[in-house]
Amino acid sequence: MHPFTLERPRELSTAIAFRAQAGRNDATAEYIAGGTDMVQLLQEHVRRPERLVSLAGLLDNRIEVGPGGLRLGAAATMADVAAHPAIVEQFPVISEALLNSASPQVRNQATMGGNLLQRTRCPYFRDVGYAACNKRAPGSGCAAIGGENRWHAVLGTTDSCIAAHASDLAVALVALDAAVEASGPRGQRTIPLAEFHRLPGDTPHIETVLEPGEVIAAITVPASPAARRSHYLKVRDRASFEFAVVSAAVAVDLDGARIRRAHVALGGVGTKPWRVPRVEAALAGTNLEPAALRRTAALAAEGAQGRGANDFKIELMQRVIVRAVEIAGVRT
Amino acid sequence: MERAEGPTIAGSDFTRRDLLAAAAVTGGALVGADFMPGAAPPANAQTTAAESSSANVTLRVNGAEHSLPLDPRTTLLDALREHLHLNGSKKGCGLGQCGACTVLMDGKRVKSCLSLAALVEGREITTIEGLAQGDQLHPLQAAFIERDAFQCGYCTSGQIMAGVACIAEGHASSPQEIREWMSGNICRCGAYDNIVAAIQDAAGVTGPARRG
Repeated sequence: MHPFTLERPRELSTAIAFRAQAGRNDATAEYIAGGTDMVQLLQEHVRRPERLVSLAGLLDNRIEVGPGGLRLGAAATMADVAAHPAIVEQFPVISEALLNSASPQVRNQATMGGNLLQRTRCPYFRDVGYAACNKRAPGSGCAAIGGENRWHAVLGTTDSCIAAHASDLAVALVALDAAVEASGPRGQRTIPLAEFHRLPGDTPHIETVLEPGEVIAAITVPASPAARRSHYLKVRDRASFEFAVVSAAVAVDLDGARIRRAHVALGGVGTKPWRVPRVEAALAGTNLEPAALRRTAALAAEGAQGRGANDFKIELMQRVIVRAVEIAGVRT
Repeated sequence: MERAEGPTIAGSDFTRRDLLAAAAVTGGALVGADFMPGAAPPANAQTTAAESSSANVTLRVNGAEHSLPLDPRTTLLDALREHLHLNGSKKGCGLGQCGACTVLMDGKRVKSCLSLAALVEGREITTIEGLAQGDQLHPLQAAFIERDAFQCGYCTSGQIMAGVACIAEGHASSPQEIREWMSGNICRCGAYDNIVAAIQDAAGVTGPARRG
């Protein structure tokens, strides 16, 4: 790790002021909460802030479930959210996405806010031995295009960056119309999660719409009939403790065997958590029948671009959608 | 561990007076994040020129408190091994991937390589050294011996600490469940079958205490 000053403020406003002062320059100051991703990034010299501002003890860690929906304090741990009985019952896709993430140890440490802000697992981003990474060193190029890109995105990519977003939780949350409550130097605001992560464009190093100093304070998820009949299906290279090759978060509201409304989002294939509204629209009114599901899932491939080793994801993600809808559909 | 080049810790436990005293003693300037709670950072925040390479961090490990002068980069694992000489917790990858560094924090298993020591002050840390009651091994330690659940032994303390938590969580009811909930601990010797058997044995002895 490069040297840094560690700040442990007692007030959130002090932490925000420290971080806001640094502006867009991550090299000056960064936040640390659960630390499970940040310590890795520090150890590997990917992040080299002069100042590390601890959010320990400054953020809400409560989990609240009411008739209107769910509110997750930003400091709630992955383990606590995954095991919460009301989430298991009313929002199974959230619990499943979390239980299929990381390891039990990391789930005890990592927080909701940090999970949404974790950095990509692109090996070229994580290895400073590679000079070319526009996300780590803006303007340096992309080693993954033309490199080892089996794990990379096929949706939302540009010639600047094809890194996949790594969070399973974010895929489940974006499918359920979640929103982020942010606190910053100018107060609080609510950001739909679908608009929270930015497409890489030609500035892949700017990953969210958070302004300098802003922190995630909480995540809200509206109650919906579909949320109870939801499922997270994750395809990966190992049975456990591995990031997604392709995943799907699906929630369906049924009228008998007919889908009244569907929520579908994909992981492992997008440069951000990837909602597929065309698939959702086509699923509405469709019966839970394999051929019909395959036709609608094919719409997810629109605009997809493989880079060689990840071409297979374009077909695989359609099959994952079909399987996830079938599993969610038989849920009672 | 890299050499400290001048980082400082602004501790929540410091009062303004402590900070001034510390600055006077060290000739440096510890940054007081809580000088003015809620206010903008102090004007001198940019001049964290402090040459002091460390600040005191109080860790509570196996029931005893230790005050250690630590560089802020020090992970909990390095504090345990290099400063408290509790070498039972092992450093495998240092990146949270192997589980050899697993300890309990407030009774829950964590990877000690992924926590900065200065940020876990006040937490109750239990390491493999704190598991036995005097000469009486913890049932899972005894089960590991009985089942020959290791070969080289490097991952063992992490496996046992994770296994203790796995049982306490109520996630040890079947070999399949144990394998899933022990997936954060890698064994390069491939002693998994015996590790699973040892955890099953100990789960039968200590019984699950399923939480919440």
